[in-house]
Amino acid sequence: MPDQLVFGMEVFLNGLMAGVLYALVALGFVLIYKASGIFNYAQGVMALFSALTLVGIMEGQVPFGHIINAVFGTEIHHFGWHVPAFAAILLTMGVMVLLAICVQKFVFRHLVGQEPIILFMATIGLAYFLEGVGDLMWGSEIKKLDVGLPQGINSAIDEATLGMFGYGFFIDNLDIVATLIATLLVITLVIFSQYTKQGRAMRAVADDHQAALSVGVSLNFVWVMVWSVAGFVALVAGIMWGTKSGVQFSLSLIALKALPVLMLGGFTSIPGAIVGGLIIGVGEKLFEFAVGPLVGGATENWFAYVLALVFLVFRPQGLFGEKIIERV
Amino acid sequence: MNDMSQDTYVTDDGRTIGGVVMEMKNITLRFGGVVAIKDISFDIRQGEIRAIIGPNGAGKSSMLNVISGFYNPQEGDVFYKGKKRPPMRPYKVAQQGIARTFQNIALFEGMSVLDNVMTGRLHQSNAGILSQALWKGRAEREEVANREAVEKIIDFLEIQSIRKTPVGRLPYGLKKRVELARALAAEPSILLLDEPMAGMNVEEKEDMSRFILDVNDEFGTTIALIEHDMGVVMDLSDRVVVMDYGKKIGDGTPDEVRNNQDVIDAYLGVAHD
Repeated sequence: MPDQLVFGMEVFLNGLMAGVLYALVALGFVLIYKASGIFNYAQGVMALFSALTLVGIMEGQVPFGHIINAVFGTEIHHFGWHVPAFAAILLTMGVMVLLAICVQKFVFRHLVGQEPIILFMATIGLAYFLEGVGDLMWGSEIKKLDVGLPQGINSAIDEATLGMFGYGFFIDNLDIVATLIATLLVITLVIFSQYTKQGRAMRAVADDHQAALSVGVSLNFVWVMVWSVAGFVALVAGIMWGTKSGVQFSLSLIALKALPVLMLGGFTSIPGAIVGGLIIGVGEKLFEFAVGPLVGGATENWFAYVLALVFLVFRPQGLFGEKIIERV
Repeated sequence: MNDMSQDTYVTDDGRTIGGVVMEMKNITLRFGGVVAIKDISFDIRQGEIRAIIGPNGAGKSSMLNVISGFYNPQEGDVFYKGKKRPPMRPYKVAQQGIARTFQNIALFEGMSVLDNVMTGRLHQSNAGILSQALWKGRAEREEVANREAVEKIIDFLEIQSIRKTPVGRLPYGLKKRVELARALAAEPSILLLDEPMAGMNVEEKEDMSRFILDVNDEFGTTIALIEHDMGVVMDLSDRVVVMDYGKKIGDGTPDEVRNNQDVIDAYLGVAHD
């Protein structure tokens, strides 16, 4: 087999894995958008915040340590204990639910019935607020996150491909785990939204507030639930990205990578977010591999956005978006 | 409530009308300086078709919104099943068995007709979320029971052929019927219909009238409806409340109301002096 094809296959596989991570972030957007019509700019920051909180809890860091020390002249930074990863994840989830309740109670509850652009602005505010709170609570230095996920080259695949093609593929164990977890997450979410009462209530609220009220659905409850689920997805994304590249500010910028994914997949479709993520992941890696050397590289920075632009022209609702039905 | 109100009687066409399910007592509703409803009292009895009529702007829809919890009146009390009802959010009212339709139709446009009607049964299921996700035990039994009830209503309202159609594609008259189906799916103690015949042609109006009568007859559902078209209402209802400028100007059987001078004035437009 020619070398180029073998390399291409490796790039393709790595692209799939990267795509899964994009899809994870995009999922968070879709969930909130579907249920409340809010485009949640803060989704990326939520991932950052949840990862920061997770690290902080695991290391037994004192929240708001810097402020406490500055005000009282003390020198406390750590409680001196370490929380096991699993318990810390549960605790962090608790924090995300609390955040969901606060977001609903203090922000969006007061903005019911406002224009989408106003809701969008509110999420921008929320993003900066959360970023600041994250810094204040846990400090702004880069942190290492290790919840015990396997990392490094997968030797089984390396050896198998070495035997087959005479060239060992580099596939990161973490990417494989991420793929498995993302698959599980998506299956859970689809079952939740299609087959449970809460999921049906969620879809009802997404469609028409007044009608949802008239069949006995509490808007507040559904919105808190949706923000909690989005928080959970953010946490999963935060763990994956945080383990991969450290918990740092740039984590919140992955939200921008989710935008083209959403344009491809459609803002209202969970399967769309997955397929969109995969297409972007594979597309940008393959494009960089094939065309990158010809144009001086760095195509990964813009490829996704150009692809999204093409989609906007030919299929504005995305691959799986709800058909736009207009009756005159 | 006095003992008289608990008396049951049988109508000319053989339906049994029971005691009072809902009583509105001295309801006053204001929006800023505008008085939408002024000191109105009336009751709704078990199994009857109760109409609220009046010219445009009389406060009929406001009254329906008070009953369904979308508005909370500044003065007056609502008694439901003999108990005073505290100010309550609309979704709570719905959970207590008061279902409604809207004048301008509020359906889930992106969902199929079947899904829409199924949402009417949202608060009929109590299974845990895990049980629902795994489709086992209680959730399975509930879902099967819910589907059965819903299919029965769909058959009853003759919308079988559009079960899987997204509601957004349906014409106006059918949407109204789907909305009625969704409200019925909740098996309400009181069914509130906000101008069920608005914007319909004669044929559609006749269909809707027939469905309202059949629902009342077949399921024994208590129905309170709003209409400004007097003709339709008189044939349908057992008792009629007439409103004008936020006040009650008549209350009684269609015949009594028809011969009420205030009502005639309101409808024929006698100068108010």
